[in-house]
Amino acid sequence: MTLELFLQHLANGISLGSLYALIAIGYTMVYGILRLINFAHGDIFMMAVYFAFFGFVTFGMPWYVSFIVAIALTGILGITVETLAYRPIREAPRISILISSIGASYLLENLAIVIFGGRPKTFPQIAMFTDMVQIGNVHIQKLSFLIPVITLALLFVLMYLINKTKSGMAMRAVSKDFETAKIMGVDVNRTISFTFGLGSLLAAVGGIMWGLKFPSILPLMGVMPGIKCFIAAVIGGIGNTMGAVIGGFILGIGEILLVAFLPALSGYRDAFSFILLILILLFKPTGIMGEKISEKV
Amino acid sequence: MKKNTIYTIAAIFILFILVFIANNTLDSYILRILNLCAIYTVLGLSMNLINGFTGLFSLGHAGFMAVGAYVTALLTMPVAVKQMNFFLKPIIPFLENIVWPFLPSLIFAGIISAIIAFLVGAPVLRLKGDYLAIATLGFGEIIRVVFTNTQSITNGALGLKSIPTTTNLWWSFGTAVFTIFIMVSLINSSYGRAFKSIREDEVAAESMGISLFKHKVLSFAIGAFFAGIGGGLLGNLIGAIDPLMFRFTMTYNILLIIVLGGMGSVTGTVISAFIVTISQEVLRFLDEAMIPGVPALPGLRMVVFSILLMAVVLFFRHGLMGTREFSWDKLRIFLKKPLAKGGNK
Repeated sequence: MTLELFLQHLANGISLGSLYALIAIGYTMVYGILRLINFAHGDIFMMAVYFAFFGFVTFGMPWYVSFIVAIALTGILGITVETLAYRPIREAPRISILISSIGASYLLENLAIVIFGGRPKTFPQIAMFTDMVQIGNVHIQKLSFLIPVITLALLFVLMYLINKTKSGMAMRAVSKDFETAKIMGVDVNRTISFTFGLGSLLAAVGGIMWGLKFPSILPLMGVMPGIKCFIAAVIGGIGNTMGAVIGGFILGIGEILLVAFLPALSGYRDAFSFILLILILLFKPTGIMGEKISEKV
Repeated sequence: MKKNTIYTIAAIFILFILVFIANNTLDSYILRILNLCAIYTVLGLSMNLINGFTGLFSLGHAGFMAVGAYVTALLTMPVAVKQMNFFLKPIIPFLENIVWPFLPSLIFAGIISAIIAFLVGAPVLRLKGDYLAIATLGFGEIIRVVFTNTQSITNGALGLKSIPTTTNLWWSFGTAVFTIFIMVSLINSSYGRAFKSIREDEVAAESMGISLFKHKVLSFAIGAFFAGIGGGLLGNLIGAIDPLMFRFTMTYNILLIIVLGGMGSVTGTVISAFIVTISQEVLRFLDEAMIPGVPALPGLRMVVFSILLMAVVLFFRHGLMGTREFSWDKLRIFLKKPLAKGGNK
């Protein structure tokens, strides 16, 4: 393999990894606060892509307006899912919430099939993002540079939000101890809604960039990235935002390089992340950045 | 012999008379639905053993079904059909000339499923709750990916066609009755009590001397055995299988059955397997154009089913039966005094 080709693959891997990271943050924040795998997260991501698609194509908005509208709608959708599907059974056994989240995921998928149609649609190609740049012999989409930059910028904002603001402090308090946070006067419901909204916003940004990078969109497109990003969150150490980002990059780069170096295994691309997951769970169940929690009886 | 045993045997006898009548009078469409009901009963019970009785949240059921369906299909297909199917890449010589009767194939399929469950379960069952759910979900997907890529064994994405359609009411209802019998006996044995205690509290169960690993793997493997048999029956009922059939949607359908019936109730699973399967057919009109002028909305049926699952989880968390079971004694009390409160006396 030539150096040029390797760099090209690496650029692809980094941008895929950034997208995974953006979605994984949503999983890790929700898990940190509710101890729940939000199975619907991948479908919220899918909805964001469709919102942007319809804003741009059907309603003829300029791309930046349609993207902002899509991101806002997705945030509202995330909060709605939490309010309708998770809040009423927050006190129930964990398994009920998990089933409810599977139900929510399935509902969103089927609604998307009914409303948007089951056939793949083509996401608009906006020249500003999708043009190729040539550096030496390497051809790289502008998007491949933009995605990591946007991801890092958002991560920076998110870190500020979590560590320096009052809402961020409330989030950290609720994730440490639900009951005590409540006693200390934290509005738990609002904090959880805020977390879901924030996670959905990031998923929406990831989704729109995903649509620009992989233009064929369909109602079930959220399933695989959804599961993979949860895996990324677990690899990084679930509940830890930085960990989710690291996990996302490991998964994205690993997946692309696996296909690049061992083309014979390209059919097993989707299995790669699951094997990685099982290995991580067996040897370091708390993930790369996770803290060890001992079980209290 | 106890009175209740006689009742049970009589009920099974009546069931088989009904099967005989149904087999000779009903058309093939209704027979297909009845077959599916019985197969979903088997599948629901096997998943309920793992999820409802042992409390392991496993989402890899479609994977075990896929194993069962492929093993059964490959063993029962005649040589000529195999050659016709594998036109892209010939089947490996080892499988080419094997043709087994249906029953040994089914049992073998169950055993292979159980062995795979053991191999997967041994490392994965150390995980708890959510992690187990995602790992088993991952396993189900890996099986599908593997089956798509092993062209010379499974015919890859093309799938297998013209599988002998051996499954009929006798096979499906026979297997269902057998599965119910095994499940009820298992759950009322010391193993069953160990499973339930693991579900209630792992730490307490372990400190009472129950080997968590042994019982979890056992429950997982038995569940997978019946899932494999269910998958085999399904494959040989429909006559064609491909990897896409065993997506997460399949697991979801079975999850819907056990949640609706009540996690941890054999009776509930049987009832809801029939309700869910039949209503999936009855509600087919939702996919067609209902109001003139309004175009058809294909997929509406599945929206209704997702809302149903959500409603059950949100408002009737215990499902139809909770953890209660049918028994002749309760029925007798109910028949004598319909309005009196039942219960165990």
